[in-house]
Amino acid sequence: MSDAPELPNTDGTDTPIGADESAPVTLKRRDALRVLAAAATLPVLDGLAAGEAEAQGTTPRPAAPAAAPATQAPTGVTPGPRGTLADPDLLYPRTNWPRRLTTAEMVTITALCDVIIPADEKSPAASAVGAPSYVNEHVSAPYDGNQRDLVRVRGGIAWINLESRKRFSRDFARLTAAQKTAICDDICHLPNAKPEFRAAARFFDLVRDLTATAFYTTDAGMKDIGYVGNVAMPKFDPPPPAVLRQLGLE
Amino acid sequence: MIVAHPSLPGVRRVFLSNPKAQTEYDVIVVGSGAGGGMAAYQLAVAGLKVLVLEAGRNYDPVRETPMFKLPREAPLRGAGYREKPFGFYDATVDGGWEVPGEPYTNAPGTDFRWWRARMLGGRTNHWGRISLRMGEYDFKPKTRDGLGADWPLTYQDLAPYYDRTEMLIGVYGGDDDLENTPRSSPGVLQPAPAPRAVELLAKKACGPLKIPVIPAHLAIMTKRQDANTLPKRIHPDNPLAQRVLAQSMRERQACFWATPCGNGCSIKANFQSTTVLLPPALATGNVDIVPDAMVREVTVDRTGKATGVSYIDKRTRTDRHVKARVVVLAASAAETARILLNSKSEQAPNGVSNSSGLVGKYLMDTVGAGLGGQIPILENLPPHNTDGASGMHMYMPWWLYQEQLAGKLGFARGYHIEFGGGRSMPGNGTFSGLETYTQGAYGKRLKEEARRYYGSFMWFDGRGEMIPNEDSYCDIDPDTVDQWGIPVLRFHWKWSEHETRQAAHMQKTFAEIIEAMGGKLTGRVETDGSRAIARGGQIIHEVGTCRMGDDPRTSVVNQYGQSWDVKNLFITDGATFVSNADKNPTLSILALAWRSCDHLLDELQKRNIG
Repeated sequence: MSDAPELPNTDGTDTPIGADESAPVTLKRRDALRVLAAAATLPVLDGLAAGEAEAQGTTPRPAAPAAAPATQAPTGVTPGPRGTLADPDLLYPRTNWPRRLTTAEMVTITALCDVIIPADEKSPAASAVGAPSYVNEHVSAPYDGNQRDLVRVRGGIAWINLESRKRFSRDFARLTAAQKTAICDDICHLPNAKPEFRAAARFFDLVRDLTATAFYTTDAGMKDIGYVGNVAMPKFDPPPPAVLRQLGLE
Repeated sequence: MIVAHPSLPGVRRVFLSNPKAQTEYDVIVVGSGAGGGMAAYQLAVAGLKVLVLEAGRNYDPVRETPMFKLPREAPLRGAGYREKPFGFYDATVDGGWEVPGEPYTNAPGTDFRWWRARMLGGRTNHWGRISLRMGEYDFKPKTRDGLGADWPLTYQDLAPYYDRTEMLIGVYGGDDDLENTPRSSPGVLQPAPAPRAVELLAKKACGPLKIPVIPAHLAIMTKRQDANTLPKRIHPDNPLAQRVLAQSMRERQACFWATPCGNGCSIKANFQSTTVLLPPALATGNVDIVPDAMVREVTVDRTGKATGVSYIDKRTRTDRHVKARVVVLAASAAETARILLNSKSEQAPNGVSNSSGLVGKYLMDTVGAGLGGQIPILENLPPHNTDGASGMHMYMPWWLYQEQLAGKLGFARGYHIEFGGGRSMPGNGTFSGLETYTQGAYGKRLKEEARRYYGSFMWFDGRGEMIPNEDSYCDIDPDTVDQWGIPVLRFHWKWSEHETRQAAHMQKTFAEIIEAMGGKLTGRVETDGSRAIARGGQIIHEVGTCRMGDDPRTSVVNQYGQSWDVKNLFITDGATFVSNADKNPTLSILALAWRSCDHLLDELQKRNIG
């Protein structure tokens, strides 16, 4: 399996990861139409313009050198990773699978991501840090669980738009905040969901988990919850007094 | 082909690009992980010409370790997948529960999983680095409770090797001296790191429960090794060893408390064979390493003496043979048994070194069970760095020895507790399941709840002793070969009630600790231990397939890992274990390998072998 060649890349997504997202969309109502119009003519890019990357503190890396084929005789120098699934290049990580969600589906997912994690005074909305394109990355991956999630997400997108049109005569992305909430309140907690909403609740739960993973692994998300680790330092200090006080450990 | 070693300036490093160049060595070492790396190092500093055969690819942690790479830079935010089950950045190459083209099978009714790595340094590149000594009871378990078998050596026999191994690789820990939990000699261990908040909280909760919480021992350096004095202490009469070890020690940095150990360590702060044993071994000029060399069999002459090994060069798919005066097997407990069982001759129709019929028998793993908790007092803690050494700073050694001996527990052997939690780096799956605590929060409320709950979860894992049994073993599957044409292993597995009851006891104990901290369980406590226990092989501590002993009829090797049947054949990996104490095996593999090498050198000197 891991000796298989890399999947051919058919959609230009062979870019360094870390670059976060498609056009950062904050779907205010007046923007929704513009995004829809633009989306019809633009491919969904997984890469990030250099300027946007810098703004997020990530620098797009040069493409990794091509991995040596597995059959190449060693030269005495460490050959390094072969670029297979079982031996990927860890320093220049890339995904190599084509993205499956359509532009229209991405519009719905973008709206849903921002309902789940909107901007507040502490941090931006999910779409501003690339969560929608992470959802696409996840459901497009060639693994069994991900393929099942693709079906669930696709079906969920179809359902939520049908439900939106049924209740409010518009697609989900074009609803008001209150209208979106009316639908999401029915599907946000599986144990409380009515039988007719259970499948939708599972879809919502999945997108919520994916959005949280995407958001909280970015700098903005880590800063929001106060993750302050991964810093090289000469010594590891005991917990600060305020922490010990709260835990009754003084 | 000779190239400069990238991480040891001025040292010539030899990787044979043309293995045909030399076909005779003093010693062939099969495997380059803990047992093989230690053997290669000890024999090379003693002046022997050593060939190391490694089934995986060459690997250089200094160049390849993804230090400081973030989950968001990896596919799927670093999540594990079939070819990299422990996550994208995990330092395992061509390994996992499955190795492409190299299957293994399970007998009907068995559900055993075999973790392998196909890379220089093997599993030492990604291991947990928990380094606990076996204690006095652990060497004589049968004497104590009548079960299993005794080791042919005592704790006192191995203690000096534990000391030297800990000094050599760098281990942090405390100086507690508890029952069957021995302390190291003065000046051997490095200082334990300061406990984290969750560790102090657990310690407080465990006080009334009478469970000791003490500094853990991990093979991670909290300060730089003293390259001017330690090598002389470790190798008193060996100038070559002192020189190459001092040089290697100067190449190692102390831990800088960032980036996960499981990804490997390019600054060489923690123990990996590839950063700590192989560089000084190569620096002697006495070692050649051939990677991508899949060993098929040990060859013997008509007198039953080992003559060398046959291996497949994976790059060219050609069969090769190399000769040596001594063969050392350290391919991992299961792979070593496989090689022996596949080494058939007229004198040894059941495999070389198998006159006892015990090769492959008494396979053991570690008993594992876990439980998590959500601890309200940890909610909304002030932000602070809890990364530390990435592994545990504290742990709980087994504490109920007397109750157990009195028969009060219903299972015969103990376990230690590994635990953790805190404000660690978010990765794939972060905040999954939060809806359970928040009644399905989304929107701004989700963000508030995430801030509240972040860092308030803790996990507890038991790691317990399994007693060897007749139903847990590996043999050769007569119907299956791997892509190299080598017959594969078939596993047979059964837990006894000693293990399943122990697993149930683990979960009950974890629930008590979590509740004592005021926490709520995140999982179920199983009263039926067979539902709590991890699958065979899942803890990746498989040992015992070529047990050592005092009697050639009931053991495969003597106390030095020397084959009873083939005097110039040694085993220095986990295969020789007679029991599998709750203490993680790597430190003992290293110490026993060193002791084996001393005996091997002694035997060569006396002309008993070679």
